[in-house]
Amino acid sequence: MTDPAFAALIALLLPACAFVILALAGPFRRLGRPAAYLSIVFSAAALVAAIAAFRLAGGGGYSVWLWSWIPAEAGPLATIGVLADGDSALMLVLVALVSFLVQVYSLGYLSDEGMPSLGRYYTYQSLFAFSMMGLVLAPNFVQLYICWELVGLCSYLLIGYWYTRPEAARAAVKAFWITKAGDVGMLIGIVLLWRLTGTFDFLQLLQLADAGAIPLAGLGVITFCIYLGAAGKSAQFPFHVWLPDAMEGPTPVSALIHAATMVTAGVYLLTRTVWLFRLTPDVMEIVAWNGAFTALLAAVLACVQTDIKRVLAYSTVSQLGYMMAAIGAGFASAGFLHLLTHGIFKALLFLGAGAVIHAVGTNDIFAMGGLWRRMPQTAIVFVIGTLSLAGVPLFAGFFSKEEILGAVLVGGFPVPFAMLLLGAFLTAFYMFRVVFVTFAGAPAAPPAGHRSDGSHVHDAPPFMALPLWILAVMCVGIGILFAAWHPAAEFEMLGWVTPAAIAVSLGGIALAYLVYERRAISADALAKAFAPIRAAALRRFWIDDAFAFVYRRLMLSLSWLVGWVDRYLVDGLVNLFSAWTLSAGGGLRRIQSGRAQDYVYGIALGVLLLMVWIRWPR
Amino acid sequence: MTVGLGAYLTLAAVLFAIGFFGVVTRRNTIGILLGIELMLNAVNINLVAFARYNADVVGMVFTTFTIPITVAEVALGLAIVILIFRTKRTAIADHLDILRG
Repeated sequence: MTDPAFAALIALLLPACAFVILALAGPFRRLGRPAAYLSIVFSAAALVAAIAAFRLAGGGGYSVWLWSWIPAEAGPLATIGVLADGDSALMLVLVALVSFLVQVYSLGYLSDEGMPSLGRYYTYQSLFAFSMMGLVLAPNFVQLYICWELVGLCSYLLIGYWYTRPEAARAAVKAFWITKAGDVGMLIGIVLLWRLTGTFDFLQLLQLADAGAIPLAGLGVITFCIYLGAAGKSAQFPFHVWLPDAMEGPTPVSALIHAATMVTAGVYLLTRTVWLFRLTPDVMEIVAWNGAFTALLAAVLACVQTDIKRVLAYSTVSQLGYMMAAIGAGFASAGFLHLLTHGIFKALLFLGAGAVIHAVGTNDIFAMGGLWRRMPQTAIVFVIGTLSLAGVPLFAGFFSKEEILGAVLVGGFPVPFAMLLLGAFLTAFYMFRVVFVTFAGAPAAPPAGHRSDGSHVHDAPPFMALPLWILAVMCVGIGILFAAWHPAAEFEMLGWVTPAAIAVSLGGIALAYLVYERRAISADALAKAFAPIRAAALRRFWIDDAFAFVYRRLMLSLSWLVGWVDRYLVDGLVNLFSAWTLSAGGGLRRIQSGRAQDYVYGIALGVLLLMVWIRWPR
Repeated sequence: MTVGLGAYLTLAAVLFAIGFFGVVTRRNTIGILLGIELMLNAVNINLVAFARYNADVVGMVFTTFTIPITVAEVALGLAIVILIFRTKRTAIADHLDILRG
C-alpha cells in the first residue's frame, strides 16, 4: 500500500459505503443517532485514508487507476477511476477533514431534529462526501461532470433540508437552476473539447497541450463554456445570486458545501485544467476581470447585510472571486492555496456563526450583542477565523491573500489589483463589523416574542466546540507555518504588496472599530455618505431582480406562449381530426339500422353491383 | 315432348325472385322464413335441372343433402321466432331492431 491512488480510492469508497448502507437500510436510517455515528465513523476513516494518500502523493508524482466504462472500437470512450497527485490529494484531505468535522458538529447543531430527518441528513452528507471526493479525484471530464452534478444535487437536497419552509424550498430550487444554467455551458464545452481532441482524459489532454497538438481555433469558446460551469458552481458574477439564498439550509451545510468544498469546485476545476486555459489568454483575462469584479461586488454587498450567515455567504463569493482572479492572472497555485486556507477559516467562521445562532436563536447580528462574556470560547474562535479572513499576519488567510494580490499585479492586471485591494479593505471592515456588533458592546434587547432573556445563552456543547477548536488551531498553525516557511511563489513578489495588504486589512479593522465599537464615526453618517451605493447594495444591485425578471417575464411568457401553441395549435389539430372521425362515425352508424331486411337489401345490391362489374364490357 | 333446360332455369329464377321479394317485403317473420324456403327450393330446382342436363348424379346427391338442411333450418328459424315472440310479444321484423347502431 504505497500507491496514493489506492489510499485515495479507499477514501472515496468509504462515504459511498456509508451512503449505500443508510440509503438502503431504511429502518436503521430512521433511528437517527446510530445512523449519524455510522456516517461519522466512515468519514473519520476516509479522513485517515485521505491523509495517507496525501503523504504518499507528497513527493510530487502522481498515480492513476482507471477502469474502462463506455467501450468503443479504439479503446474505451470514457473511463472512471482516481487520479491522485499532490493537488488532488491535498484537496481530498480538505474535503475529508471539513466533512468529518461538520458531521461531528451537526450532531450538536441538529440535536433538536426528529430522528428520521437526522438520518436523512447524514445520508445526504455521506453522498456529498463521496461525490465531492469523486470530483476531486476525477481523472477525466466525464467523471468530473457526473460528480459535479451529484454535488449539485446534494447541495439542492441539503439547502432544502427544512423543506417545509417555503424560503428553503425556493432557495434550493434557485441554487439548483442557476448552477444548472452554468452546467449546461460546461457540458457543451466538454463535448466540444472531445470533438476537438478526441479524449476526455486529463493526462492525455495535458500531453496534447504540452506538445502543442490542441488546435487553437475554437478553443476559446470551449474554455469559456467550461468557465461558465465553474462560474455557476463557484458563484461568480452574474451567477452569484444563488449562494446567499443557499443560507436557508442548516449552518453546518453552509460551512461544508457553500463555503469550504462544493463552491470551490469551480476554482479547483480551473486549477486542474489551467494548462488548457493558458492556451486561450482572452478567456483567462475574462476570468481575472470577472473574479476581481465579483470579489469587489460581493464585498460591497456584504457590508450592508444584517444576517450573519448572509455576510459570510457574500464573503465566500468575494473570496471565490479572489481565487478566480489569481487563476485568471496565470498563477493558479496562488488561487489554489487560498482555496485551501479559505476552506479552513470559512468553515470555522460558519461553524462559529452556527454556534451563535444555535445559542441565540436568530440570524440578525443587531439582535445579538455582548456575546463575548456569555460565550467566550465561540468568540475566540470566531475572532481567529475573522482575523484569518481579513488577512492579518500570522493567520491562515494572510499569506494566501497576499500572494493572490501579488499574482494579479504581476500577471499584468493593475485595475483588478486595485479592486481586490479595495475588496480586502472591505473584507476586514465587514467581518469586524460582525465581530464588534455580535460579540462586543451591550446585549441587544431581545425582540418581542423571542425566546431570549439571555440567561440560556452559553458556549456550544462539546460536539460543536471540538470542531471549532480544531479548525481554529489549524488557522493559527497554518498562519505560523507559512510565516516560518514561505511556500515558494511562482513569481517575483513586489516588495510593497505585503505592507499594502497588511495596511488595508488593518485599516478595515480600524474603521470597523471606530464605527461599531467606539462609535467615534456614526454608522448613520457613514451610510449617508455612501447613500447611493448603500441603496443599490440593499437591493443587491438589482441582479436578483434581473434574474427574477428574466424568469418571471421572459421565461414564463415564453412558456405561456409554448403552452398556448401546444394547447390550441398542436392539440387543436389532434382534436380536429378526432372530431372529424367522430362525426363521420356518427353519420355512418345510420346505415346500421338493425333490421334484417335492410341488410338483405344491402347484400342484394352488392351482388348486383358485383355482377355488373364482372359482366361489364372491357 | 321434352322440356328444355331453359324452362327449368326460368322457373327457378322466377321462384327465386318471388322468394326474394317475400323476404324483403314481408313484415311478418314467418313470411320471411317462407320466402327463404322458396329461394332455397329454386336453387334445388337448378341443381336437379343441371344434373339431368349434364347426366351427372352429383347435383342430385347435393340436393338430397340440401333438403334436410333446409328443413332443419326452418325448424331452427321457427324456434327462434317463437322465442322472440315470447320475450318481445311481437313477430314483426320492423320491431326487432335492437342491433341498431
